[in-house]
Amino acid sequence: MSENINIHTPASKLTIGGNIYEAGNAKEFKTGDWRSVKPIYLSEKCKQCGLCFPVCPDDAIPVNKEQKREDFNYDYCKGCGVCARVCPFKAIEMKEEGGNK
Amino acid sequence: MAYNLKEVIAEKPSRFTSGHRMCAGCGAPVVGRMVLRALKKEDHAVISCATGCMEVSTFIYPYTSWTDSFIHTAFECAAANSAGAEAAYKSLKRQGKLPEDEHTKFITFGGDGGTYDIGLQSLSGAMERGHDMVYVCYDNGAYMNTGIQRSSATPKFADTTTTPAGTVIPGKMQARKDLSKIMVGHHIPYVAQTAPLSNFKDLYEKSEKAIYTEGPAFLNVLAPCPRGWGYPTDMLMDIIKLAVETCYWPLYEVIDGKYKINYKPKNKLPIEEFLKPQRRFKHMFKPGNEWMIEEFQKEVDSRWQELLDLEEITNRELNAE
Repeated sequence: MSENINIHTPASKLTIGGNIYEAGNAKEFKTGDWRSVKPIYLSEKCKQCGLCFPVCPDDAIPVNKEQKREDFNYDYCKGCGVCARVCPFKAIEMKEEGGNK
Repeated sequence: MAYNLKEVIAEKPSRFTSGHRMCAGCGAPVVGRMVLRALKKEDHAVISCATGCMEVSTFIYPYTSWTDSFIHTAFECAAANSAGAEAAYKSLKRQGKLPEDEHTKFITFGGDGGTYDIGLQSLSGAMERGHDMVYVCYDNGAYMNTGIQRSSATPKFADTTTTPAGTVIPGKMQARKDLSKIMVGHHIPYVAQTAPLSNFKDLYEKSEKAIYTEGPAFLNVLAPCPRGWGYPTDMLMDIIKLAVETCYWPLYEVIDGKYKINYKPKNKLPIEEFLKPQRRFKHMFKPGNEWMIEEFQKEVDSRWQELLDLEEITNRELNAE
């Protein structure tokens, strides 16, 4: 649905009542380009304590079925740094985004 | 079953997806996502949201961050919306038009502007009528969505765009409204004040109780705003911890009128610790403004004492029976 609707779509082509029929389709909207600093996940330092799992406002820390975290989902991470700050093991480092490199 | 953070996150899907347009480091999505995680996996939810940051940035047409049914509503009628949907649901259930083995829960989210001020009448009505719903107020202490205007949840002396601290006024001149206690006054089965803290146990367990207690329930959740409060975005969890450790934001619940304080700090921190990192209180630390901090501390102390007293009084009645 969302791929057919953009700012040029005429009103007659919009869904009736502005209803949205796809659950959770905001995932198609990437917010990663907001980021100016980037969290780097240092898996060798990570003890999988779980403290960073719930603090990400953008749900950009994937947690698998084995209850272990994986690397960041940079499609959505806005670079707020909350995860790095709560990590007791310094397993997340914040780094400036480096232009087009 | 004892709370296990890792299990909750791994087993229960996020019902509040990425791709929303809340600011980096915002406290509200963290709160919203965890509240929804307290739902049983198999249960449906109908979510209604008062106008506010959370509503306008999670539901930008044609995108939604919610995996459940979501009603976009006006500022003043979020609670009325949930109440109406709940009444219709009950009626359809009674008529046998909905499957008996499936359950739907009704959850309303509102910011402090939509809850403390504008939506208070519809909230009060819905709670009094006894609908089986949960109202979650994510309190960031001002109208952040429209550019940081003071609300009745804004603490005294806070600098906002409508209460600018300067030579004329010292920031907001009135004290903060105590909404949780107003909700206790409705004599509903469950009222709690909570915050996302360390492993989120308090927030999760209270959300679970609120959702699965029959009848109306109210949650007041602290959700700091880096823009409006003026602290570096990465300090979200530190600010919340300081709010709790200074007793600015006590964690308590009221079940059937009985108060229970869930956390009593061993060493209550001075309120400066909470005020200092925030730009909105910066003027309070200028020479000659010490009286502001003193007054703020007095206010926090007297509210904390009142809470301790209430806990004692309401539980004493229980023992006497």
